[in-house]
Amino acid sequence: MLPLLKPLHTFGRYLELMAKVFSKPERLRMFFKQYVKEMQQLGVDSIVIVMMISFFIGAVICIQMKVNIQSPWMPRFTTGYTTREILLLEFSSSIMCLILAGKVGSNIASELGTMRVTQQIDALEIMGVNSASFLILPKILGLVTMIPFLVSFSIVAGFAGAYAISFVGGIITAEDLTYGLQHGFNQWFVWMGVIKSVFFAFIISSVSAFYGYTVDGGSVEVGKASTDSVVHCSMLILFADIFLTRILS
Amino acid sequence: MIELRSIHKSFEDREVLCGINARFETGHTNLIIGQSGSGKTVLMKCIVGLLQPTSGEILYDGRDFVRMSKKERTLLRREMGMIFQSAALFDSMSVLENVMFPLDMFSSENLADRKRRAQQCLDRVNLIEAQDKYPDEISGGMQKRVAIARAIALNPRYLFCDEPNSGLDPKTSLVIDDLIHSITQEYKMTTIINTHDMNSVMGIGESIIFIRQGHQEWTGTKDEVLRSDNAYLTDFIFASNLLKNARHALIEKGQK
Repeated sequence: MLPLLKPLHTFGRYLELMAKVFSKPERLRMFFKQYVKEMQQLGVDSIVIVMMISFFIGAVICIQMKVNIQSPWMPRFTTGYTTREILLLEFSSSIMCLILAGKVGSNIASELGTMRVTQQIDALEIMGVNSASFLILPKILGLVTMIPFLVSFSIVAGFAGAYAISFVGGIITAEDLTYGLQHGFNQWFVWMGVIKSVFFAFIISSVSAFYGYTVDGGSVEVGKASTDSVVHCSMLILFADIFLTRILS
Repeated sequence: MIELRSIHKSFEDREVLCGINARFETGHTNLIIGQSGSGKTVLMKCIVGLLQPTSGEILYDGRDFVRMSKKERTLLRREMGMIFQSAALFDSMSVLENVMFPLDMFSSENLADRKRRAQQCLDRVNLIEAQDKYPDEISGGMQKRVAIARAIALNPRYLFCDEPNSGLDPKTSLVIDDLIHSITQEYKMTTIINTHDMNSVMGIGESIIFIRQGHQEWTGTKDEVLRSDNAYLTDFIFASNLLKNARHALIEKGQK
């Protein structure tokens, strides 16, 4: 196959899989059971890591803005204002989803890949179950449902990090930070982050599920699928970020 | 009954199955035997629909599985049970949940009835005490028995076993063979077993097909296997020195 045709071939296989995934679930009772399980596994179990990373990044952004941007010629709210804009516009949606592509994406790819090589997916097919829909649809919908909450937690934790540095580090007063965080607040920026993250959540769950579901071989291939899923999810998130930012801004 | 008519399967230029014809009778344990790489797993995958044959017909009680619609295929698959080489239990579910899974998906019974049916199946394979354990907490032989319980949960008409004794000690293999044989007769199923275990061949081989390099080399029963003069079959069956010596002893005894 020509090198240029390979990505097209892969994209075609991805579309084929998605056509199988988005079909009516055979048993709604089983679907909801899986859906709740995936929301727990992909969303709730990611809250701690998302909040921890956001907390420290919020603190670091605040320090960097204060040390490197703030000058006597700039208003005192600059640090709080820029910290808020970075968190709302990019970090809590795009960068947080890049982090989730590593955690959740590799989890999905390795779980499905292991199910494939241990013939658990074949077992589902033999039973007459649409394995793609049964396994992948709850993951996609579960992550898409949970991502706005993760974005919200990330924003709150980032602000908490910024406040923590104002209290502990003493480089900015809480009043200046609060004024900066509130200054010129545009509610649309929050929605923009949430909308972007929903697209990213779809990319993470569907692309990593594609790589895991189509594994052919053994443990080495499962590892490769996991790596490929993280790499491709990250690339696609960055590409999508450009287009979404341009469209939504 | 399952009937294969001139099954061919190729992967690009390589022909793996070359015109297999066979009849697998209901209530019998039908064995497909052959060396590793002979094409028996590909044949099994074609029969259950995991692979599409390049040409030929697969008839399930007269219904052509190859040419039927996707919906008909899905419905037919609900009449099948399969035991995989690796047992293929869902590792995120307990033993009981594994057996209940096909019932949860396709049975309209209430939860209590589904649970009772799953427990009956586990009782049939003597594993009721392990119902709350997870697959990684039980032995390989027990996993195979759970797979049997899961396969029979929906009272299938067709049972497929891909190397069910793989990785098991001879004693446990006998238990699994006896279980498959007795269940086949009890549920009046058409059972096809893919194996290269000689104990299975001699124990439950009511009907045997020997595949060699994708060709159907020999067909017969366990009683005919020992008397066969097919060189390839003899070479395969008596591959171990122990069996070779036993055969020589048998022949010498017959000559005396």
